[in-house]
Amino acid sequence: MKKILALAAAGMLAVPAHAEELEVALEIPRLRIAEYHRPYVAMWVETESGKTAATLNVWYDTDAKGEDGRKWLPDLRTWWRRAGRAMTMPADGISGPTRAPGQYRVRHASGSKPLSALAPGNYRLQVEAAREVGGRELVTIPFQWPPRRAATASARGTTELGTVRLITRP
Amino acid sequence: MPFTHHLFVRSCLVAAIAGAGLATLMPQSAEAHRRWLLPSATVLAGEDGMVSVDAAASNGLFVFEHRPLPLDTLVITGPAGDTVEPTVIGTGAYRSVFDVPLKQQGTYRIALASDGWAGTYQHAGEQHRWRGTQADIATSIPADATNVVLGETSSRTETFVTLGLPDARALALTGSGIEMIPVTHPNDLVAGEPAQMRMIVDGQPAPGLKVEFVQGGTRYRDNAGVEELTTDADGMLTLTAPQPGLFYMETAHEGVSQSGSPRRMSYTAVLEFLPL
Repeated sequence: MKKILALAAAGMLAVPAHAEELEVALEIPRLRIAEYHRPYVAMWVETESGKTAATLNVWYDTDAKGEDGRKWLPDLRTWWRRAGRAMTMPADGISGPTRAPGQYRVRHASGSKPLSALAPGNYRLQVEAAREVGGRELVTIPFQWPPRRAATASARGTTELGTVRLITRP
Repeated sequence: MPFTHHLFVRSCLVAAIAGAGLATLMPQSAEAHRRWLLPSATVLAGEDGMVSVDAAASNGLFVFEHRPLPLDTLVITGPAGDTVEPTVIGTGAYRSVFDVPLKQQGTYRIALASDGWAGTYQHAGEQHRWRGTQADIATSIPADATNVVLGETSSRTETFVTLGLPDARALALTGSGIEMIPVTHPNDLVAGEPAQMRMIVDGQPAPGLKVEFVQGGTRYRDNAGVEELTTDADGMLTLTAPQPGLFYMETAHEGVSQSGSPRRMSYTAVLEFLPL
């Protein structure tokens, strides 16, 4: 009964009449190297003081053959310390498999997880990527929530991430 | 009870030299090598995990160059406060090696901790160094030994690893010898961020304790890189790692035991400071 009510509430909240939207467009660069492994990627929102407000997406090796792909989550050093170590993976709607080089977009709406608890204020989007036998990179984009008008901000990674864009829409 | 009298005599001797100073008591202490437990990783994740640990004494950090540490006093405390059984791989020329299975989420304390007696005596015209338990005093030091100079020792060499979220149950004090209460969790250490530790002697905060703090990799630099720190009035110590890496800390304290005999305590730890 409780579950049905919760689901009904979630369903209602998923498409509210005026859902603000947060979209992250990121590039995983193609690297010309002999041994390439797809990077682990974490995207999260933190306050100006560095407190984690919401983990948006975590891409890790969810299907490591014979191994526990979670073993390498601490390589996403900043996310692991700020949020990951206190979370349980896999996490519904947050975790997913690693992605091949290319362009990706993820969208989140206000009122539904993981943004539902985001109070109005100034925040930072953090995108961290770590690659086996490769490097690690963290890209930061400040933003305001909720957005007053549609806005796009971007930052550029130099090694493990290409351009990261943050699009917020009221 | 043939040894009761013997032991009593020893105790009197020990009490008699209590004021003589520990420099003469344990001449080897001044030239002791660094003792360390080096874990293969300190921050781990997943359903379960494994760390491999090297146990060695050396001057260079963290170089296997002098002798292995024996593992007979090894105690691993798990996240539930329980004892975790290691898989001992063995002891080679320069190091002992063991694996620690991490089956529960949380923090593990890996320690070589021992309380005992040590000192010197003369027998048949020769000077002997001796180390053992209190019970050994009566049985292993010849009855006609002279210049018996003994004192209590307490040593702890430890390191910490965490699977998943750091917690504190394995960090509970034993109340004996020098211990560290990590105010900053020992597996939540980041280069550039000051870490707070409280040093404890026999369960009480230890002000004025001199602590050596050294980064590993001594072989690859000209400077010994030893930072000399002193605990404040509350026994607090601030450790700041200028760059990420494995660090060694060491301290010692010389006091008098409840029975009036000299008591030398030592503490060493290996801590990993990560980049952020």
